[in-house]
Amino acid sequence: MSVMATTGRRWYAKPAGVIVSMVVPVAAVLLWWFASLDSTSPFFPSLQAILSAFQETWLFTRVGSDVVPSLGRMLAGYGIAVVVGVGLGILFGRFPLLHRAFNPALQFCRALPATALVPVSIVLMGIGTAPKVALIAFVTVFPVMLNTIDGVRAVDEVLEDVSRSFRLTRLQRVFHVQLPAAAPQIVSGMRIALSVSFVLMVVTELVAATDGIGYVTLQAQQSFQVPQMWAGMLLLGILGVLFNGAFVLLERRLLRWYSHD
Amino acid sequence: MLSVEHLKKSYPHSGGSLEVLRDISFTVEAGEFVTIVGPSGAGKTTLLRCLAGLLPRSGGSVTLTTSGRVVDSPPPEIACVFQDYSRSLMPWSKVGRNVEIPLKNKIRERGKRHEQVERALREVDLDGFADSYPWQLSGGMQQRVAIARALAYRPEFLIMDEPFASVDAQTRADLEDLILRVRHDAGLTIVLVTHDIDEAVYLGDRVVVMSGRPTTVVDTVTVDLPRPRSQIATKALPRFAELRTEVLKLITRDGAEVTA
Repeated sequence: MSVMATTGRRWYAKPAGVIVSMVVPVAAVLLWWFASLDSTSPFFPSLQAILSAFQETWLFTRVGSDVVPSLGRMLAGYGIAVVVGVGLGILFGRFPLLHRAFNPALQFCRALPATALVPVSIVLMGIGTAPKVALIAFVTVFPVMLNTIDGVRAVDEVLEDVSRSFRLTRLQRVFHVQLPAAAPQIVSGMRIALSVSFVLMVVTELVAATDGIGYVTLQAQQSFQVPQMWAGMLLLGILGVLFNGAFVLLERRLLRWYSHD
Repeated sequence: MLSVEHLKKSYPHSGGSLEVLRDISFTVEAGEFVTIVGPSGAGKTTLLRCLAGLLPRSGGSVTLTTSGRVVDSPPPEIACVFQDYSRSLMPWSKVGRNVEIPLKNKIRERGKRHEQVERALREVDLDGFADSYPWQLSGGMQQRVAIARALAYRPEFLIMDEPFASVDAQTRADLEDLILRVRHDAGLTIVLVTHDIDEAVYLGDRVVVMSGRPTTVVDTVTVDLPRPRSQIATKALPRFAELRTEVLKLITRDGAEVTA
């Protein structure tokens, strides 16, 4: 009778590893800093100039006016995609006939290049928040839905027997068995959807937008404020890393049972 | 009482059909412990899934005679313990939750439900493990969780499909005795399928011997060994050896491979 200890690996448990993984970024930044120090190129300003542009623009003048709307649209679209994608995924996963009926249409929609849909969304819904959120939701719903379908279909037949033999209701089977069993696939679909929604957040702000990180960055480029443009890249990179980190934390929480070994 | 009459099961198979169960008839009296033994590939799991209402029959009937209910879908009187505990427990739910979920429709009141969960865990000596995850436990403990889940359901019939096939010999003996004990305490009627002749004789009041596929009932052997049974004393009895040989002969006479 052994009860195994559950030791999760934490980032602070391995200080040596942390130090190793810091070497390259720190070296890159230092190299960038010193190599660009005397830069006279208008396209490659010094890191110093970029950082001061960053501070000027993003700390925190444009947070309320641009960062918040950007992230709000992205998270709204992403949230809709997750809810709708998981819901439809369960439905299609449990009713193969329904899936068969809708699959050609779904495949067609999924194949449409996201960027090509930007003008369509503008024609249909104008230039406000709605078309951007709708486009992000429309495109990112597919990875979530398709992964949910796969996950729900792959529920172990023994567990199906268990839930039938203990007479769980349809709804109980969804929430206690099918959803958690499909969680690993759902989460990996959500991960793809998150990075796609981040891309789309910027793309939707490059056309017919009046605010947002992408809009500000494009404006900077068009008005030859190159340091501001680079500062936009810096911000997007940082946000991307933060999103990824937050997602990893969520994933660990959701899938503790799955990744225990 | 559970009555199985001329049960047949065929699966569609590359154009034709694969006959798994040809003609199975036997009864299980209330309070009885019936073990079903047969060679590998005899369709034992198919039989149990038909008994539990998990698989539609191709012919014959399975009836719960007290309620007169024909088993066409899983009835509330039956709980199952499956062979592979690692697949039958929900790894995302804690032990207590695994036991509790099937009770949700039976016991609406939460407090009472938790009481029943705790009692069932106590019955299998797992008190204090409600907050562990199944995968934190050893194999034998996990199968005890599956047993507790079935016990908490308070069924009339407990149907077990080779429940001890995936654990080591010592754990297996412990689990056999655990089942004998809880059966005695709860007054359960049990149908247990195994390919292990010793286990079939040691546990059962009667042993139903099945042939290889397409499966029929070769014979039924009444086990007249005294209870309570003990791994050491019972298995040392000359009568145990005789019964064991009798069952073995029935299986080998049928010409099928024996895996005991």
